[in-house]
Amino acid sequence: MSHDHDHEDADIALRVEAIESLLTEKGIIDTATVDEIVRYYEQDVGPLNGASIVARAWTDPAYRTRLLNSPDLAIAEMGYGGTEASRMVVVANEPKVHNVVVCTLCSCYPWAVLGLPPTWYKSPAYRSRIVREPRAVLREMGVDLPEDVEIRVWDSSAEVRYLVLPERPAGSEALSPAELAALVTRDAMIGTAKVPGPTK
Amino acid sequence: MNGIHDMGGMHGFGKVEVEDNEPVFHERWEARVFGMIQSLSGGNIDAGRHSIERLDPVSYLKNGYYGRWLAAFERGLIGGGALTQDEIETRMKAGASAPHATAPASRWHSRATDYVRKVDAPPAFATGQAVITRNHQPQGHTRLPAYARCRRGLIARVHPAMIFPDDHAHGRGENPQYLYTVRFAAGELWGDAADANSVVHIDLFESYLEATA
Repeated sequence: MSHDHDHEDADIALRVEAIESLLTEKGIIDTATVDEIVRYYEQDVGPLNGASIVARAWTDPAYRTRLLNSPDLAIAEMGYGGTEASRMVVVANEPKVHNVVVCTLCSCYPWAVLGLPPTWYKSPAYRSRIVREPRAVLREMGVDLPEDVEIRVWDSSAEVRYLVLPERPAGSEALSPAELAALVTRDAMIGTAKVPGPTK
Repeated sequence: MNGIHDMGGMHGFGKVEVEDNEPVFHERWEARVFGMIQSLSGGNIDAGRHSIERLDPVSYLKNGYYGRWLAAFERGLIGGGALTQDEIETRMKAGASAPHATAPASRWHSRATDYVRKVDAPPAFATGQAVITRNHQPQGHTRLPAYARCRRGLIARVHPAMIFPDDHAHGRGENPQYLYTVRFAAGELWGDAADANSVVHIDLFESYLEATA
């Protein structure tokens, strides 16, 4: 990182402190509320919400059906929902179908089930390329799909948010829902990874 | 608008860089910007997105996602009369220090905003129907990506009517329209560069679409 870059970072941090202190003095924002929102997104919501939904869908066929047909109700049943997830669509991977999610126009993402998105999801590289060359991007990210697997890209261009239901890995038959949830990664629910099998 | 934000299909941004075990926020200022904006939310998300789109392309790319949020937030505060540029500069020169809360806030609960609205007319299109997207290029906000203009697709799903962002972003009312998930073959979008055996689904409002044979 260059000296200039460090200087710019310090400048932006100071600018944000100036804005926050002014807005607090004017009674426009409440610092305690800002603290609590940051804490909520750092601690209370994250990919574990989505992982528990996926694990239940793998172990409870009736729930899987509800999740695919009435996702908002099925997600609410697990106690999740909220900002940036008011209309969910769940898309299931199959042996010959792989789904992957993007928002090319901004960075829409189902916050209430996956937490806030990773930097790569918001990057120009991902947003520009995944719609145009999904097979190459997925290969670079570690998912090498043969040509006979159809790739379905979902560009979240409106207020619908997408969750990928990944395939249950081989060798996971004996695991409990909690153990299964621990295997499910954030990237698998975006569609840029597969769920790894359990390690012995 | 034809802006830098409309990135689908662009070349030149390089490899997707993935950071292992990434924190939710990398810098304190990112968390504060996010928290301040969320604490004031209840605003108009379409206007918020359009405010980010209107950043000049260099600013848009320079400080990443939260840098964009900050630039748009600051412009909104100054434009709305809540702060002046002078106040910010003066406070920075004085070596602003972050305020500290005197008492904890009550617990935050994420709330869903529902964009669905009832309309009297039935949807114009049905699942399986062939459509073509219009050559829609407003100077203002739209959710029809440039890469999907004048392209043929099939209606994959009919959603309820929702707030129409192209109007709502500009304070012209909610004017709800039906939303459709439209499936496009990769070849229709990307021609000779298309990935074999892939499709792109895009969520598009009714007025972006026309029926085709």
